[in-house]
Amino acid sequence: MTTIAANPADHHDNAHDADHKPGFFARWFMSTNHKDIGTLYLIFAITAGIIGGAISGMMRLELAEPGIQYLSGWASMMAGKEASLDEAYHMWNVLITAHGLIMVFFMVMPAIIGGFGNWFVPIMIGAPDMAFPRMNNISFWLTAVAFIMLLGSTFVPGGTGLGAGTGWTVYAPLSTSGSVGPAVDMAIFSLHLAGAASILGAVNFITTIFNMRAPGMTIHKMPLFVWSVLVTAFLLLLALPVLAAAITMLLVDRNFGGAFFDAAAGGDPILYQHLFWFFGHPEVYIMILPGFGIVSQIVATFSRKPVFGYLGMAYAMVAIGVVGFVVWAHHMYTIGMSVEMKMYFTAATMVIAVPTGIKIFSWIATMWGGSLTFKTPMVWALGFIFMFTVGGVTGVVLANGGVDDNLHDTYYVVAHFHYVLSLGAVFALFAGFYYWFGKMSGRMLNEFLGHLHFWVFFIGVNLLFFPMHFLGQQGMPRRYPDYPDAFAHWNQIASLGYAIMGVGVIIFFINVFWSLLAGRKAEGNYWGEGATTLEWTLSSPPPFHQFETLPVIK
Amino acid sequence: MTAMTQPQKSNLKTGLLAGGLAVAMVGVGFAAVPLYRIFCQVTGFGGTTMRVSEAQAATIPVSNQTIVVRFDANQRGLPWEFKPERPTDTVSIGARDLSVFIAENLSDQPIKGMATFNVSPAQAGKYFNKVQCFCFTEQTLQPKQRVRMPVLYYVDPKIMTDPDTKDIEEITLSYTFYPVDDADKGS
Repeated sequence: MTTIAANPADHHDNAHDADHKPGFFARWFMSTNHKDIGTLYLIFAITAGIIGGAISGMMRLELAEPGIQYLSGWASMMAGKEASLDEAYHMWNVLITAHGLIMVFFMVMPAIIGGFGNWFVPIMIGAPDMAFPRMNNISFWLTAVAFIMLLGSTFVPGGTGLGAGTGWTVYAPLSTSGSVGPAVDMAIFSLHLAGAASILGAVNFITTIFNMRAPGMTIHKMPLFVWSVLVTAFLLLLALPVLAAAITMLLVDRNFGGAFFDAAAGGDPILYQHLFWFFGHPEVYIMILPGFGIVSQIVATFSRKPVFGYLGMAYAMVAIGVVGFVVWAHHMYTIGMSVEMKMYFTAATMVIAVPTGIKIFSWIATMWGGSLTFKTPMVWALGFIFMFTVGGVTGVVLANGGVDDNLHDTYYVVAHFHYVLSLGAVFALFAGFYYWFGKMSGRMLNEFLGHLHFWVFFIGVNLLFFPMHFLGQQGMPRRYPDYPDAFAHWNQIASLGYAIMGVGVIIFFINVFWSLLAGRKAEGNYWGEGATTLEWTLSSPPPFHQFETLPVIK
Repeated sequence: MTAMTQPQKSNLKTGLLAGGLAVAMVGVGFAAVPLYRIFCQVTGFGGTTMRVSEAQAATIPVSNQTIVVRFDANQRGLPWEFKPERPTDTVSIGARDLSVFIAENLSDQPIKGMATFNVSPAQAGKYFNKVQCFCFTEQTLQPKQRVRMPVLYYVDPKIMTDPDTKDIEEITLSYTFYPVDDADKGS
């Protein structure tokens, strides 16, 4: 990739000026500093992750054995009165909706783009801050308000019971004539706000990356994480407005007598699915591409080699982003499309396996002949590569229109997208966290606890999600709180896997708190020789304002 | 406000371009609604029937093969009785057939309605050609008025050669009447 010559005058000489911080309220609530906003995003994402994870815990508890054990109790608790069985079922829909929306919009995206993106994109390109620091602040607080709006929706009527029970896809007509009451409106408004926040963030990243690179930092010398955020920002810019349009039409149908998606008045609910997935498919790349970037940095660092096939890696991400816009209908094979359309979407979808394969190959080729060290971030990155490949293989299976007729909306699909997201994106997030925590906080995480966290979490999530392949192939549909006895065995094992994963998360938090209280002080470049990007030329944590004299890249 | 420096200006330019792209995509999202309708009308996607002129219809050869057309009538949100005169017609493929639907306004108010339509199976849409249909225009029924509404259509003989449709033995033509409010055009 590129060798960095740090400008020796960049921070040491004016450290006094660079480290002047405003008071607590001004610093954290009116922040315009990209590192502080990144930290806020990470804290926010961890909070949302705990809530979204707890909701999935409730679901795994209910699914641990056949029958309805807890759902009626929870629904009664929420309603403050005895809940009917239908209200209990509605509660289930609310749980799956909340879990999906929270994990996508308020955990993965804020952490990987808002958190790591804000923290490291400016530093990696040698910029003092983001292009529009105040807009950055707006992005964060809009996201926070959006989250509160979504949480609030669970306390107001949404049709059969409290809360929005539409699934994260918010399909019409369930979300229009099927859900009376303000809950779905609140959830839609929450998506509007979160979408606006992400669009503003994307504008900010694009401007920063195009205009604020240090002298010598050409586009083709940018670290791959910066590349990944650049591609992601374009996907956000092109995909999110379409979602905004679609959910605005939902609002019109719900509240203003519209009939965009009402078949009985000349509309078409299938149009909503097309619009949603035109956004929804790029959205899955929005969640995973920055993870690709993080893993590329980590694999190169711990192989002490530049990444293999740098340009191929960068343009593979561009290719994934471009092709990702023309495959959306593989989410809707069962709407009754013609064989020709299925053939096109099957073929186009499988094409994506090629650039993805280039990435997997190049990570392995980077490690080949490298002098490997298996520090915690590297272990998580390897876990990512393995899991993402498993999820990618089931993705190629599901890409087949004919096969998908059978597997559509079964647990096989749930297993697939949790392997690429819950085990892919989340492993990349943990990898990035272990990689950069010392840089961000100035204190090192514990290696032993990090490895322990990895192994417990790895075993837990595989036990949790792998059996779902079997359940799906046996025909267990997703989004139901109950199932026949025949599915009991693997469901019980999946719930056990959740518990093990939960222990892993506790180890993670112990590690973080231990490190913040008593962790070893981190030096500037604690990973040594392999860590070549600009953040490692700075102290840990970096000065409040870095690169007041721009670094020069050879 | 202080004057902007050169880098600030170029940032603003890039930022506005990127923001403009996002705004344009909102437009594309809404443009999808008419584009999708045109796409359905052109390709017969989702069972959308075709509209043809008398002159075009006259050129179609009549096959000796027959197909069953079943009629389905629904209403949503208006106090009309709406039903087909006959439940099915067996027609020669390519031959024009006149089918009649009967609508009656059961209320004491004049009511304006419009019918939405499609055929099932969806692949048959592009071969189902309407020469005349009450569904092309809004219909106003006076209180207690009962009207006979004709549909003149034919099934294109190409349906017998398309591998996706050659096995179809029965096509269902379905209508749903919904109220039209002049103040509100809907979508």
